[in-house]
Amino acid sequence: MTILPNGIEVEGLAREFKGGVRAVDGIDLVVEPGEIYGFLGPNGAGKSTTVLMLTTLLPPTAGTARVAGHDIVREGPEVRRAIGAALQEAALDPLLTGREHMRLQTTLQGVPKEERVARGDALLERVGLMDAADRKVRGYSGGMKRRLDLALALVHHPRILFLDEPTTGLDPQSRADMWQEVARLAHEDGVTVFLTTQYLEEADVLADRIAIIDHGRIVARGTPDELKAEIGRPTLEVEPAEAGDRDAVAAALERFGTPVTARPGAVAVRLHGAVDQLPEVIRALDGEGLTVADFRLHAPTLDDVFLAKTGRKLEGGEPSAEPEAVPA
Amino acid sequence: MRSQVLEMARRSILQTLRQPALIVPPIVFPLIMMAINTGGLHAATNLPGFPADTYLDFAIAVPFMQCSLFACINAGAALARDVETGFLKRLAMTPMQRAALLIGHLGGVMVVSFVSALIYVAVGFAAGMDFKAGALGVPALLVLAMLVALSFAALGAFVGLRSGSGETVQGFFPLFFVLLFLSSMSLPRNLIEQDWFRFIATYNPVSYLIEGIRSFIITGWDGEALALGFGIALLVAVAAVAAASSALRTRLVRT
Repeated sequence: MTILPNGIEVEGLAREFKGGVRAVDGIDLVVEPGEIYGFLGPNGAGKSTTVLMLTTLLPPTAGTARVAGHDIVREGPEVRRAIGAALQEAALDPLLTGREHMRLQTTLQGVPKEERVARGDALLERVGLMDAADRKVRGYSGGMKRRLDLALALVHHPRILFLDEPTTGLDPQSRADMWQEVARLAHEDGVTVFLTTQYLEEADVLADRIAIIDHGRIVARGTPDELKAEIGRPTLEVEPAEAGDRDAVAAALERFGTPVTARPGAVAVRLHGAVDQLPEVIRALDGEGLTVADFRLHAPTLDDVFLAKTGRKLEGGEPSAEPEAVPA
Repeated sequence: MRSQVLEMARRSILQTLRQPALIVPPIVFPLIMMAINTGGLHAATNLPGFPADTYLDFAIAVPFMQCSLFACINAGAALARDVETGFLKRLAMTPMQRAALLIGHLGGVMVVSFVSALIYVAVGFAAGMDFKAGALGVPALLVLAMLVALSFAALGAFVGLRSGSGETVQGFFPLFFVLLFLSSMSLPRNLIEQDWFRFIATYNPVSYLIEGIRSFIITGWDGEALALGFGIALLVAVAAVAAASSALRTRLVRT
């Protein structure tokens, strides 16, 4: 294992809970210094357990990991000094104000006394909470709590930042603000970011590289573009004009691709070939006297990648008719 | 460590000050109970062998115990909330020492208990309490009252950390209240007629905590009562703090 001073190296990391449940089942990954690494997976896939292990809050039952060059089991204090973390729920005290949270956190993190107020104010300003700094947190919106959580994770200038589903439950504007701040941290301040998410768009927009975890195992990894290219083929979705023609349309389309999940009333296939198959598809539908109400061609997305790797859609989708077995 | 303890104590005090429900009942409720008992049970002073001239002198010890019960619930509920909200995990991510969390938190609860105790003493004197132990007895009484509050607060902290549930902590309140009622709270043990009640009150450590505090007021410097009061309070405090520390170590597991 090479030593990355601002990176993360994981080998065979596993965590088994009582009853033999392996929440994380021997994962390997390398996060390069300064990159945003997206850790993508559905609820219960093992994302948060991985973060808890890497942040030293949960001992692994097997495997090793080095964070900021330090072993997570033998050098816990050194790891904690190098990292900041905003865990899944914004862990805040509803009775304290934003400024009081900063005061507590700067003290506990050992920020010199004369710097605490300035550091706290600078971070509140940076996350746009200066106006609300003296309000109790119980009156904050979800987005404000998340931003305060992020500011608290930054008080001691961490080199590596763990963000566990930082935008879950946020409205689109708050989500966009959070993305902007995370991108700035990585690209301007050089902070390495390990970001777990169940939002494909978030991983696509933010992450330099992605690992997809499912049932405790990493099933795919690479840049978003690499992963999409691996799937390679577009998806064609057709909605028949007559609902009764759905089966006939499905039969016609199956000659050109593999059935995948479609929106209600429509039929979809991942094409065997490229877009040059389209004229042939249209001729086939026309030849069978089938009329269509809607005809859509989708370029591969991370959702397609997830579907191909796991056999189901990430955000509440049905299992695919024929999961594609692509080795991780 | 010192700044960590002070900051945690400050947080604990702020939490209490911002929840009037945690301040008003511990101060007002015991005083109301005492006023009712003093009025209603005055006739008890006519019993042969009753150790005080007024029921106020006898009953003023009880608010200190009730205040300790509130300290128990407040300490436990606050720590359970930290477990529930994940705030404890945030603290675990910092270089904070475990002792700082417990000492700071209990310190904050003790400050509130101390202010309550000062109010009870002031109300007692204003109502005509005949304090037999003299001027030096007041700080000594406050020390014993704080030791009792610490032991109960640490018990609450243990339950809060162990269970991680505010509801569980609240569930202990009736249990502790029963312990208080089955003690020598309302009558001296030797004047309790029911055998079973006297038996329980005799083996109930709460009796000796109350009698220790009460002795400053009705007896003066009573070596036996003070030795039992301080001894039991110290024993419970040490055991409870050790149990709370152990529960915190389990909760704050980190490599």
